[in-house]
Formats: sequence, structure tokens, C-alpha cells
Amino acid sequence: MEWASQLCENRGLGSKMTDSKYFTTTKKGEIFELKAELNSDKKEKKKEAVKKVIASMTVGKDVSALFPDVVNCMQTDNLELKKLVYLYLMNYAKSQPDMAIMAVNTFVKDCEDPNPLIRALAVRTMGCIRVDKITEYLCEPLRKCLKDEDPYVRKTAAVCVAKLHDINAQLVEDQGFLDTLKDLISDSNPMVVANAVAALSEIAESHPNSNLLDLNPQTINKLLTALNECTEWGQIFILDCLANYMPRDDRESQSICERVTPRLSHANSAVVLSAVKVLMKFMEMLPKDLDYYGTLLKKLAPPLVTLLSAEPELQYVALRNINLIVQKRPEILKHEMKVFFVKYNDPIYVKLEKLDIMIRLASQANIAQVLAELKEYATEVDVDFVRKAVRAIGRCAIKVEQSAERCVSTLLDLIQTKVNYVVQEAIVVIKDIFRKYPNKYESVIATLCENLDSLDEPEARAAMIWIVGEYAERIDNADELLESFLEGFHDESTQVQLQLLTAIVKLFLKKPTETQELVQQVLSLATQDSDNPDLRDRGYIYWRLLSTDPVAAKEVVLAEKPLISEETDLIEPTLLEELICHIGTLASVYHKPPSAFVEGSRGVQHKRIPARAGSGESAESSDVGQSGPSEAPPAVIPSQGDLLGDLLNLDLAPPTATVPSVQPSMQMGAMDLLGGGLDSLLGGDIGGSPSMGAGLGVAPAAMPTALGIAPAVGGGLGDLFDLGGGVGMPTGSYVAPKTVWLPAMKAKGLEISGTFARRGGIIQMDLTLTNKAMSVMTDFAIQFNRNSFGLAPAGPLQVLTPLSPNQTIDVSLPLSTSGPVMKMEPLNNLQVAVKNNIDVFYFSCQYPLSLIFVEDGKMERQVFLATWKDIPNDNEAQFQIKDIHLNSDAASNKLQGSNIFTIAKRTVEGQDMLYQSVKLTNGIWVLAEMRIQTGNPNYTLSIKCRAPEVCQFVFLCYELVLKN
Amino acid sequence: MIGGLFIYNHKGEVLISRVYRDDIGRNAVDAFRVNVIHARQQVRSPVTNFARTSFFHVKRSNIWLAAVTKQNVNAAMVFEFLYKMCDVMTAYFSKISEENIKNNFVLIYELLDEILDFGYPQNSETGALKTFITQQGIKSQHHTKEEQSQITSQVTGQIGWRREGIKYRRNELFLDVLESVNLLMSPQGQVLSAHVSGRVVMKSYLSGMPECKFGMNDKIVIDKQGKGGTTDDSGKSELGGSGKQSIAIDDCTFHQCVRLSKFDSERSISFIPPDGEYELMRYRTTKDIILPFRVIPLVREVGRTKLEVKVVIKSNFKPSLLAQKIEVRIPTPLNTSGVQVICMKGKAKYKASENAIVWKIKRMAGMKESQISAEIELLPTNDKKKWARPPISMNFEVPFAPSGLKVRYLKVFEPKLNYSDHDVIKWVRYIGRSGIYETRC
Repeated sequence: MEWASQLCENRGLGSKMTDSKYFTTTKKGEIFELKAELNSDKKEKKKEAVKKVIASMTVGKDVSALFPDVVNCMQTDNLELKKLVYLYLMNYAKSQPDMAIMAVNTFVKDCEDPNPLIRALAVRTMGCIRVDKITEYLCEPLRKCLKDEDPYVRKTAAVCVAKLHDINAQLVEDQGFLDTLKDLISDSNPMVVANAVAALSEIAESHPNSNLLDLNPQTINKLLTALNECTEWGQIFILDCLANYMPRDDRESQSICERVTPRLSHANSAVVLSAVKVLMKFMEMLPKDLDYYGTLLKKLAPPLVTLLSAEPELQYVALRNINLIVQKRPEILKHEMKVFFVKYNDPIYVKLEKLDIMIRLASQANIAQVLAELKEYATEVDVDFVRKAVRAIGRCAIKVEQSAERCVSTLLDLIQTKVNYVVQEAIVVIKDIFRKYPNKYESVIATLCENLDSLDEPEARAAMIWIVGEYAERIDNADELLESFLEGFHDESTQVQLQLLTAIVKLFLKKPTETQELVQQVLSLATQDSDNPDLRDRGYIYWRLLSTDPVAAKEVVLAEKPLISEETDLIEPTLLEELICHIGTLASVYHKPPSAFVEGSRGVQHKRIPARAGSGESAESSDVGQSGPSEAPPAVIPSQGDLLGDLLNLDLAPPTATVPSVQPSMQMGAMDLLGGGLDSLLGGDIGGSPSMGAGLGVAPAAMPTALGIAPAVGGGLGDLFDLGGGVGMPTGSYVAPKTVWLPAMKAKGLEISGTFARRGGIIQMDLTLTNKAMSVMTDFAIQFNRNSFGLAPAGPLQVLTPLSPNQTIDVSLPLSTSGPVMKMEPLNNLQVAVKNNIDVFYFSCQYPLSLIFVEDGKMERQVFLATWKDIPNDNEAQFQIKDIHLNSDAASNKLQGSNIFTIAKRTVEGQDMLYQSVKLTNGIWVLAEMRIQTGNPNYTLSIKCRAPEVCQFVFLCYELVLKN
Repeated sequence: MIGGLFIYNHKGEVLISRVYRDDIGRNAVDAFRVNVIHARQQVRSPVTNFARTSFFHVKRSNIWLAAVTKQNVNAAMVFEFLYKMCDVMTAYFSKISEENIKNNFVLIYELLDEILDFGYPQNSETGALKTFITQQGIKSQHHTKEEQSQITSQVTGQIGWRREGIKYRRNELFLDVLESVNLLMSPQGQVLSAHVSGRVVMKSYLSGMPECKFGMNDKIVIDKQGKGGTTDDSGKSELGGSGKQSIAIDDCTFHQCVRLSKFDSERSISFIPPDGEYELMRYRTTKDIILPFRVIPLVREVGRTKLEVKVVIKSNFKPSLLAQKIEVRIPTPLNTSGVQVICMKGKAKYKASENAIVWKIKRMAGMKESQISAEIELLPTNDKKKWARPPISMNFEVPFAPSGLKVRYLKVFEPKLNYSDHDVIKWVRYIGRSGIYETRC
């Protein structure tokens, strides 16, 4: 309020006093003074006083004490004064609900006023007063206003329904306002239609399944008609609503597109972007060979380019969206590279976004221009921008092979500038270029080595070390260079330490004679003197590899590295699809799904692009959790604090924004070690080389768990024989259909769906892995967390060939029940970690308890009787199984298929009593009595067990088996 | 939707605060001040998110406008709305300044109540707003019932930008074709990028509800007219013969009064104009642009403490035309200690505060050439980083449209009133200005 007092001085000028004087009342006792003025008889004085109150309110002062006095001023025919009082009411009504009631009468009266402006004002304000008691009084006036003869009142009332719904959703439904609102979609006035659409869309968002908007070809037609006539804002509401519609077929889709395209010429950028959203979404349904499809693609480019001549803030929004569009449909803007050239005076946020898009659009055709620009940018002032420009040069080299040589020489020029951050950034990208084009540009290594001293950032140091290690045989003084880094080993960041360790091992394998001492030194630094488990583990692995089988070590450490892909920073496809459905919105600016930044239920539902004609089914596959207890939607476990995660994780997390599809090479190396390398070692040698097993046993305590797959093989096999050797059992147990456990969105493109089955005594986890990312996935491994019944994989996950993009593979993983046990909540919860070359992913799923019902679970009659009596009655649980149309024999047969055995049957007064037993893998017995009345589809089930917590889950199995 | 709208002065003090949604608390006002206005580093995005709340901001002189939300709103719409809010305020009290905002705070609250309902933007055309949001509040009581319904039907109607019953004794209209020509040129004279962004601004003083049709030398229209139903090839050959009569428009956008569906199907621009001044259309062209000036730079580093700069500008248009307000801006390094300038024409000055030599020429005819040379003395520094050499930029104004756009007609029909197209007095003017007109050196 400093400025308020400064203005006091102006007051003396007197004659030409303006409203700013109201900001000046900050004296003591002003509330008292204001009170007197508010109650003055003079209208002018009253109004002045209310203005002062509002000014105080604006600067955050509490003037709620004046509530009754201000409300008293409400009864006025002065519209300006009335509006001020309403403004006050909206602010303070919530804190003074009882007094707010005083205002109700005036509102109700105003809603009947002959002047439509006053009627609308009353209903608009009333909706903003969030007091329950007032909302009750609001219903009648609102009902009238929704049917008012004046469109201005109706359009205001339409929004008011959304306000009321926000306060009391139930009330809106009970009063039937939603139907009235739906009727307004057919209103003759376009603005009423637009506001009704906005209100309905908002309400529908909080009821994801209500089908409230009920879009059908008729309503769509009405919306498209209103689209031509309403205000720019109304057009946005309508287009955003249209984007949620799923056209029935490609023809409908095309006709909507045709009617939306004229919007691309609107002066309002938001209208344009919303139209682009509708088109991007619906064109997905059009057959690609259609002429119209090509026409539409051509029409999209010019308006997108025009957005770049808007004000910088809008340019930013547009660029973030173009970034998505370019990833989804690169063909649209492929010829427009020049418009993304950075202007010297662009704000930094525009510059950075333009740079991103330039790299995406770079191709052989335009690379010369792009490189010239990038070189220019690399000399600019802003550090972030310069770094990004340097990195971009490297990315061009990787993307366009023909340009690689020019890029490298440009980078060398930049290194010559000796500007510290430019040099470091250049070295990081040169490392990637070496990865992509091995044995081509090594001549520059000498220049790189000159700059060793100026590298102070971990990423650059690590990159340099990687280069030295990788090309150790060509660098004469490689050992000296690495040794110099080794001096301050403990002060380096983990990234550098890991890299140094690997580089020296590489060096040793290449020049074993001279570097024995060095390798000893680094191994002991890494294993004995380090607290970092990742480093220690890697150190031990190398150590053992080198000491037992140098040939194998060479194969592992110097293995051929997988190629790095051309595109970087790609958004994972399922997320990209979702973001395309959110073009123009905040989600598209943040490049995050709304659920990542919106609280509560709003906007959390995932939007999908409609499927192209003829492939309608594929879109359904991502639906989760239809029914049945075993199919509860999977929860993704947060990765922190998970033992398993830490172990598998190592240094997988990429150090920068560079996204998994291009792993900086050193990470690759590391993964090869634990993934491909070690797995195959273990898989192949487990029987043959006991020395290795023993060696591993000595490794730090965490190791055996990491390699838990190994012991499980033995144990699992044993179990198999045990069970397999048992009784020949019917194999007809019920297997639930597969559900999605791990959506691709949460796993960087890997989608996992699955189910559990028990076949002939063998427990199997049937998985379907789908690669929805752009790059190949390899090195799969699976691990379970400890769980209630000790389920553990009985063998490695057999994904032998790499999973290429869009490929799906079915895998059956045998499970044993000899794993570590920990009680889970719920009891049948299983937490799973799946690793591939990209990352480690976690999810949890629930298995039907029948999975662990063993085949020899038929109890002796006598034992049954005794046990039944023995278990205290408190442990008995009763359930109703409804709607089963089976006779007792059929039911009994069905249950037997799932290892629920009927021991005896009794018929009393037309009621069949079945006595049944179940044995769990851990030896727990469950006894049950099922009562079936002929003609009654509802069965009564009593379950007794010493561990009563399983009863619920046994019941669920009954239900599942009987109903399927 | 928009949850709240705040206006701050340069110190971060709140001038206006209007909250529309319950999920936005008073602390949001402070959050923006602390994290953006008072942020230690320059904020690097116009959209920011803290504490799960998103803030959109724009700045006008030293006033901050911020829109706040917790939902996944249409971001483009929020910015468009903020700009619109600025337009509306400017229309009511001209300049957006702290003083004007304080002087009109009641009005601003009234406007915010009207044009944003529960965070949804409503009709924000100043023409319509001014009919019922006035600072003579009492006036509203004097509206007759007819007037009232006229207001409401205008605010909600299909032609929300124009009211009925406008009368002028003299029907007159002014068309301004305003173009800004943008250029980025390499030191060797290669055009790296060039485009014209143009605007057609119309001032209409026409009675009744006139139906207008605007025509220009749009290549697509001319080609279509030239050969009604023939193939593309013959259209092109015809154009080749007739020289540069039509221009290729890359893209255009229109004021909301223009019937877009008609433009889409027939490429005709028809509309009922708002009263007074407004922007009819914007367009962009990239082909066959007339670049009014060519800048030829020559920078030579003489040792570590001296730079020699020579810049030649050449005008490239009809000798009979005159360019005005020519200004060439030659950036100088930060460690400049002294500058000597010699120029053939106009005045040149070294402005230390702007790190540039500014060379001004009042007028220059077409097909002429002028030159400036300067010696820049530098203080020796041990700053390793080389001078970034910002581009040489240029400003000017020319009396033609660098895109080649020509207005062919603007027809006015008003069937209800007895004036015809011939009675309307029409004025057309072309002004070409420099946009970002830069040459790297």
C-alpha cells in the first residue's frame, strides 16, 4: 500500500479528483469512518464509501466487518453501485454466510427486473456466492432465467449452471438443470449455444462416464452451425468440445473437417489452434489415399506459420504445439524450415523452442542452411541458448549422415573459441557422433585432448573419459590421461567415477601389459574405498570377470554397442497422441498429460485419437479393468525406496534431458553388463561354472538378490517336478482374459498386459509385451517384490529376439512359490519390476487366489469334520454368490477344475449342502460349506480357515470360477 | 478456465484482483509476485507453474497482467484474452499505466465482470461494451425497454460488433494497407529469410448495416477469373504474360466480421464492418517481395583495439518515390571507448547507452546509394569471449506495399437505405515499413 499513500499528495489538487483517491484510505479508525459514510443518507457519499471499501479489498485488507453496512446499500437503482456491492458480496459472503442471506431477497427481486441487464447481473452474481443456503434460493430464479426471453439472460444463466454444479453437483442434477442446459444447445442464439457447450463440457469433465454431452450427428450439426455465427470465444468453446467427439466413420469425419477448416483463417490464434486440434484428431480417421487427406495436410501449414507472427507469448504456445505436430506429422511443415530461424530480438523462450523445431525439421535438403544458422547461434550471448545450439549441431550430424563431416568441423571450430561451456557441450555431442559413426572421425581426438583441463562439468568429463577409454588403443598417452583423472577419484560425481572405471577396464583389456597397476588401483578405489553401491557392484563384476575369464570379460566390456537412433527427445507415442488431443491447452505447453498438473478428477481422463477406418478394435485394447477381482487396475509403484529398483536401476537415469531413445553411450555400456552380458553368463554357465557362482556369492550382500533369477531357476525346477509328479489333474481351471498392467505411457513405450494361469500344477504368468516406442527394446528381465505367497519367477523372461517398434510378443513365465514371503495389502497383490534396455518399470497386479490352490487339496472326510470343529467360529465368514444358474453337480465339477474339491454332499429339505476343501501352496487349509437351494440362483457360502484373511479372496475365486 | 485475473504495478503491488474460481486463493496473488515479478533470475517462460497453479502473464509498459488457473485451460485462449483485455482498457482510457488503472479501477472491475464470466471469456468487442458499460452508471436507468433489448441483442447477437441505426451524412471509408517487411540477410548478401506481414486496416463511417465486399490482386482469385474452367497450366501461362499483377498470399486471417466459410469456398471476402477503425485482415507473403533497401556491411578488426566499419545502403524502388524515416543501427562492442563517424547523407551518432551507431536519413529517393564509415576504438579486455556481432538493423517507411498487394475494389451495399456504392467516398493508402530488417555482419 505504499503507492496508495504516495498518492495522498495528489489529493490536494482537489478539483480534478479521480478514483485513485480511494486507494488512499489507510488511516486508523477508517473502518469506523467508512461505516458512518456507508450509512449516510446521501447517495453520492454512499457510493464513494463503497468504492473505498472495494479499493481496500483489492490491496488485501480485511473489510469484512462492514458486511451489513455494505449489503444495506444493495437496494439501489444505481447500477454502478449495485455492481460494486455485488463485487463485495462475492468476496466476503463465504466468510459471513449468515449475513449473506440478507442479500437473497434483493437477488430474487432483481431476477424479476424488467431490465435484462439487471436480471442477468443478479443471476451471474448469485452463482458466485458460494454459500449453501443461498444456492437453495438460487434454483427458482435460475430456472426462470434459463428460459428467459432475452438471450443475454439465457447465456448468463447457462454459465450459472456450471457455477452451481461446482458448489453443489447433486442439487443441479436433482433440479433437472442439466436437461435444460442440454436443451440450450438447440437455442436460436449462437452465444447461448456456446456458453451452454462450455458449461456442459466443464460439468462432463467431472463425470467422466456420464455421457452428459451425448454428442451425436444432430448435435454436432447444431454446433457446427453455431460455430459460424458466435463470438471468437464461443468458437473456441465449440471447437474444444467438438474435439472430444468420435465420428462414426470416415465420411462423417471428413464432413466435419470440411466445416472446420474455414476457422483456420480466423484472426484469433486460439480459434486457429483449436481448429487445428479438431483436424489433427479427425484426419486420423481418413484413409490416407483419399484426395481430401492430402488437401487437408496442405491447408494446415500456412495457419501454423502465421501463428509465428503473433505476439511472443502466443508464439511460445504455438511453438510448443508445433513441436508436437511436427512429431506426429512431420510432412506438414517439412518445407517451412526458414520460418523457424531465430531472430536476434526474439525472447529467449521463443528462441529455445524454435531451435528444437529446427532440429526436428532438419533433413538432407536443408541441412546446409540449418548448420549455418546454428553456427551463428553458437556465438550468441545467452548461455542456455548457445549450449542448445551446440548440442543441435551434434544432433544434426547424427540425423543427417551427409552432414556429419561438416558438423564435426563446425564443432572443432567452436572448440577453438575456448569458451568454456561451448567446449564442454561440443565434447558431449562429439562423443555421440563417435558412437554413431565409429572409426570415422577419430582424427579429432587430439584436439579434444588439448581441452582436457577446461572440462569442469561431470557430463563433459564423463564424455571425454568415455572417448579416451573407447579409443585407448589409438591414444598413446591414454593411461596418463586416465591416471590424471584418477587422482581426484573420490571428488568426482558418480557419473564420472563409473565412466572412469569402465574406461580403465577397457584400457586394460586393450593394453594389458602396461596398465595392470592402473586397473588394480581403480578396482580397489571402486570396491574398497567407495560407499556407492552402484560403483562397488560394477567394480566387483569387473574384478571377477577379469580374474576368472578375461576372454569373457573382453566380450562383455568391449562388446559391440547397439546403434543410437537418429531422433532424440521424442515424446513417447501414447503420450504424444494424448497431447495431440490437448492441442492449444496447458497440457500441450507443458508437454505433460493434464493428470500431471491438475488436481482432482478434472481432466484426468485420457483422451485418445480415433482409430483409422477399419482398425477400430486396436483402440480398445488399452481399456483397463472390465470386471472381476483379479483384474483390478494395476497400480504403478513409485520407484523410490524399492530395493529391487535400486538394484536394477544402477545408473540408468540419463543425466540430462536426452531421452532414453538415445542413451548416452556409457549408460549403454553399463546396461550391457548387467543386462545382456550377465544374464547370458548366468543363463549359460549356471550349471557349468560353480566357481563363478561362488565368486558372486562373496559379492556385497545386495548382489544375490539382484541376481535372484539364478537361484530361482533351481528352486523353480524343483517345484515343477514336485508338482508335475503329483496327481494327474484336470487342467480346466479358469483363466481370466489379459488386462493391461503397465500402460505404455508409464513405461516409455512398453505396454504389458497379462494374466495368471495354473495349468497342470504349473503356475504361469502369461504376458503380452508390446513395444509402442520408436526404438528397439532388448534385454528384458523380470523380478518380483516379496509377496504373500512367495511367488517368484522360475526362470528368466524368455524374450530372445529384440522387440522392434510396434511388435508384440507373448511370453509365458513359469512361477514358483519358493520366493521370499511378505504379507501384502491386498493379500493377492504382486509388485513386479520389468527391466529392458531403456529403464526399469514397476507395476503391481493382483492374481486370483486359485493360482495357489494345489492339486492335492482334497481333505479326508474325517479330517475335514475335525478341522471344521477345531477352527473357532469367529473365523467363519459368510458370503452370498448371486445369480448362478448351475446345479450342485455342475458347480462342483467346475470348482474342481480350479482345485476346489467337494468332499461330501448332503441334501436337506431341497437344499444341497456341499462340503469343500482347498489347500494353498503354503499348506494352509480352507474349508467351505456351500448351500444351494434348487430354483434359487443365490448360493450361500461359509468359509472357515485358520487364517481368516484369506476367506475373502477364496470367496472371490468361487465367484470368478462359477460365473465364467 | 481462468481462475483469476490480477494486475500488478512494476513493484509487484496489486492494482486489480478478481478471482473467478474457488480453487484460487489469495496466496496465488503473492505467489506470482514472489516467483515472477520479484524473481532473481529473468523468467524464461510466459507460462509458469508453481504449487500446481499455472500463471500466464503479459507485460504492458511496466504493468503486469496475470491470469491464473489450476485447470488444463486453453492456453492460446488465455493469452488472446489478456491481449483483448489490454485492447479494451486502451479503448476506454487510452494508455495502460499505473495511474490510469487506479483512476479507473471501478470501471475495470465492471469490465472484468462482464467480459469474463466464471473464467469464460464473453463478448469483448469494445463497440458493444461501450453501449452499456459506461462510467455514467446512472445512464443505465434511462434506457428504454427498446434500447435495453437492443443492447442485449447486440452483445449476444450474430453481429456483435456493430449496432443498428448508425447514421452518417457522408458515407466514407478509409483503407490502409500497412505492411512490414522482414529480412534476414547474410553478410554476403544472400537472403536467409524474407517475408511481408501485412494488415488491412479499415476506418468505416457508413450508415445502416452495410454489406461489403473486398477484392485484391490475390493470385488465386485472378487465376480463377482469367480462365474460368481451364486447367492450371493455362492459368500460369496467362500470368507469366501479364507480369506481376497478382501476388501469392501464403496465408491470411480475418476479423471476426468476415464470413470465413465464404472465403473458404469462394475466396471472396464479404462482411458487415464494425463502425470506426478496425483491422479487416492480416496476411503474409514470401514470394517476389520488393526489398526496399539493401545493406552492405564491411567490418574489419584492426588489431585488438580497433574496428573499422563501412556500411553502404542502396534503395531499390522507383526513383519517383521517396522513402522516409530511415535509420540504420550499427551495433558496437561493449568495450567501445570512442567512435569517429563520417557519413555522406543524414546524421550519424554513436550512442553509448545503446551500444550502437545510429545513422538517420530523413528522406531518400529510389535507386540511390549512401555510405557511412566509422572507426571504433576499443578498450583492451581480457574477456575471452568474442564479441557476438549482432546484426545491423534498419528502419524505414516507403509509400508502397513491398508485397505488391493492390486493392482492386471495396464494394458497399446497403439495401435498406438509399445510398449506393457510388455515393461512398473511398480512400486507399499503402504504407510499407521495416519489420525486423537485419543484415548480419
